[in-house]
Amino acid sequence: MRIIVPIKQVPETNAVRMDETTGTMVREGVEAIVNPLDLYAVETALRLKEAHGGEVIALTMGPAGATKALREAISMGCDGAVLVSHKAFAGSDTWATARVLAQAMRKIGAFDLILCGERATDGDTGQVGPELAAFLDLPVVSYVGAIDGLSNSTLRVRRLVEEGHELLECDLPALLTVVKEIANPRLPTLQGKRRARLASISAWGPEELGVAGEETGLKGSPTRVVKVFRPKIARQCEKLVAADEAGIEAAADRVVAFLKEKVLL
Amino acid sequence: MSEKKHSGVWILAEQHDGRVQRVSHELLARGRGLADARKVELTALILGDRLADAELQELIERGADRIIAVESPALAKFLVEPYAACMLQLLAERRPEIVIAGATSSGRTLMPYVAAKAHAGLTADCTLLEIDPDTGRLLQTRPAIGGNILATIQTPNHLPQMATVRPRSMSPAPRDFRRCGKIERIPAPPAALISRVRHLGFLPSDSTHGVQEADVVVSVGKGIKKGENVALVRPLAETLGAALGASRDAVDRGWMSYPHQVGLSGKTVSPRLYVAIGISGSIQHLAGMQTSETIVAINNDPEAQIFRVADFGIVGDLFEIVPVLTEKIRRAKEGV
Ligand SMILES: Cc1cc2nc3c(=O)[nH]c(=O)nc-3n(C[C@H](O)[C@H](O)[C@H](O)COP(=O)(O)OP(=O)(O)OC[C@H]3O[C@@H](n4cnc5c(N)ncnc54)[C@H](O)[C@@H]3O)c2cc1C
Ligand SMILES: Nc1ncnc2c1ncn2[C@@H]1O[C@H](COP(=O)(O)O)[C@@H](O)[C@H]1O
Repeated sequence: MRIIVPIKQVPETNAVRMDETTGTMVREGVEAIVNPLDLYAVETALRLKEAHGGEVIALTMGPAGATKALREAISMGCDGAVLVSHKAFAGSDTWATARVLAQAMRKIGAFDLILCGERATDGDTGQVGPELAAFLDLPVVSYVGAIDGLSNSTLRVRRLVEEGHELLECDLPALLTVVKEIANPRLPTLQGKRRARLASISAWGPEELGVAGEETGLKGSPTRVVKVFRPKIARQCEKLVAADEAGIEAAADRVVAFLKEKVLL
Repeated sequence: MSEKKHSGVWILAEQHDGRVQRVSHELLARGRGLADARKVELTALILGDRLADAELQELIERGADRIIAVESPALAKFLVEPYAACMLQLLAERRPEIVIAGATSSGRTLMPYVAAKAHAGLTADCTLLEIDPDTGRLLQTRPAIGGNILATIQTPNHLPQMATVRPRSMSPAPRDFRRCGKIERIPAPPAALISRVRHLGFLPSDSTHGVQEADVVVSVGKGIKKGENVALVRPLAETLGAALGASRDAVDRGWMSYPHQVGLSGKTVSPRLYVAIGISGSIQHLAGMQTSETIVAINNDPEAQIFRVADFGIVGDLFEIVPVLTEKIRRAKEGV
């Protein structure tokens, strides 16, 4: 099986702090990591390779520094990696990102499977996977929680939905997006780290991919962020201090009365 | 070129086993507001097999002017390819200017698949949709960067403008039995029904009473100190007929399981009553519950953020307050 895993480099969101006065994100000291949800896709790909043979290629679109994410994928066991990087791609929304990634997939050539993360923790959209499938005209199964088997170019999977799991069968080539429950990502090995350090990673720009500048990046994106603001919160809170027994009694009585007033009891 | 002008607001209604899902009625509430602001028709698009008249009629009673029901046995269950093919054909023929769907497992799969092929802009997981009074364009607001900020997004040059909307981020549109509308049933074009994905079966999950469905939610946070103390809160939840929710800190500590998590990375809830116990009210937690109709908070820190969204706050020790409150509520309930 030839499997491509698109991974994204994201800021470590747990570490994101907001500057309360300016309402902007404090970027200093925020580390760039592989989107944690993409590690599940990498792990799934490696397990399929181990079971059925083949190779796994990691792909990312991002700044030059994103090679770090690709090296991490190689250190886990991926066989190759491709970086898509150029200033023309900056500011891409999910539509423009998926379109460029689709071109890169075509250039990588014959593959059986694309495995995406459920969503990237920075943008949190989960749109790139299904969009990529649409551009490549592939069948897509999202929220895959388990792969049950592979036979004659057909994959049997479980898809996590609101009320349970759908059992589905999917013709290959296909694109899947996977959720956390599918597998526990492995840690890089020492040998893997060495391979990752030595790996040469090709970088493709608009020319290599045959996409015109005005079709990518901010220019090629249908959506625009027009405003960014801090959520404002306001309700009239009736506050009661329940510091002693009498206070607690009084507060509880008041709440009960309030709930009755609101016809909640 | 005399291309037909884009006009009209569409919502994508969802059905399971022929039953229209609640999220569709929430979308009608949003869609009605947008259609009125644009002074256009509100259409509910629904795909399925032999849909009951009553289900479609209810969509009209809750705000739709027109129903387009595309029917075929092949559309009984959600499958991306046939659903997308039918939708793309209709979008090309009828040219709506706005299409919204629920940010559900199917909506979040179908909408990007369609948007990519239709060259449309799509915004995920919106919590607010408005019409820009100057341009008439759709303003789509969603949480970003871990809920720390809200971003408003627009699609200036592409149509339709598409968005998915967080389930439970709005109440369902009320029912008005006098409302009239038109129901169009159309057979699915055979060419659209090809799917390279096939259903083999379904494994239902065993969790029963979810926080999203409940009318009353009682949630616990790190303030309860340890997992055993959930037992202290359980009688209150039972008395109120409430589902139990939790903050992420309570879930991460293993005091409650993930399906109970309320917030940005958990569930959005909008019950009639939300009781927050020992929860500080981080922006991420608020993102999942601030649309609740009534909010009561118990916290020993008078400055806790949770009080900013609460209608009613008790400042004090939850371990002392919860038993007393439970008893009083029980008596009040028995009293009537
Ligand atoms: C990307 C991202 C996504 C997130 N998603 C979510 C999410 O979906 N849901 C979520 O909840 N969080 C989420 N968080 C985490 C969030 O930022 C907070 O860390 C979390 O909500 C805090 O939980 P808490 O209120 O239970 O704990 P704390 O903030 O520690 O609050 C405990 C509260 O209990 C009170 N207390 C203590 N003892 C008592 C007592 N005896 N009596 C009364 N009150 C007492 C304290 O005063 C305090 O206010 C997310 C964070 C990030 C970065
Ligand atoms: N810039 C990117 N490069 C490679 N893969 C990406 C990129 N952006 C998104 N993806 C993939 O698409 C998935 C969903 O991302 P998103 O739609 O941004 O939430 C991610 O988990 C990745 O697998």
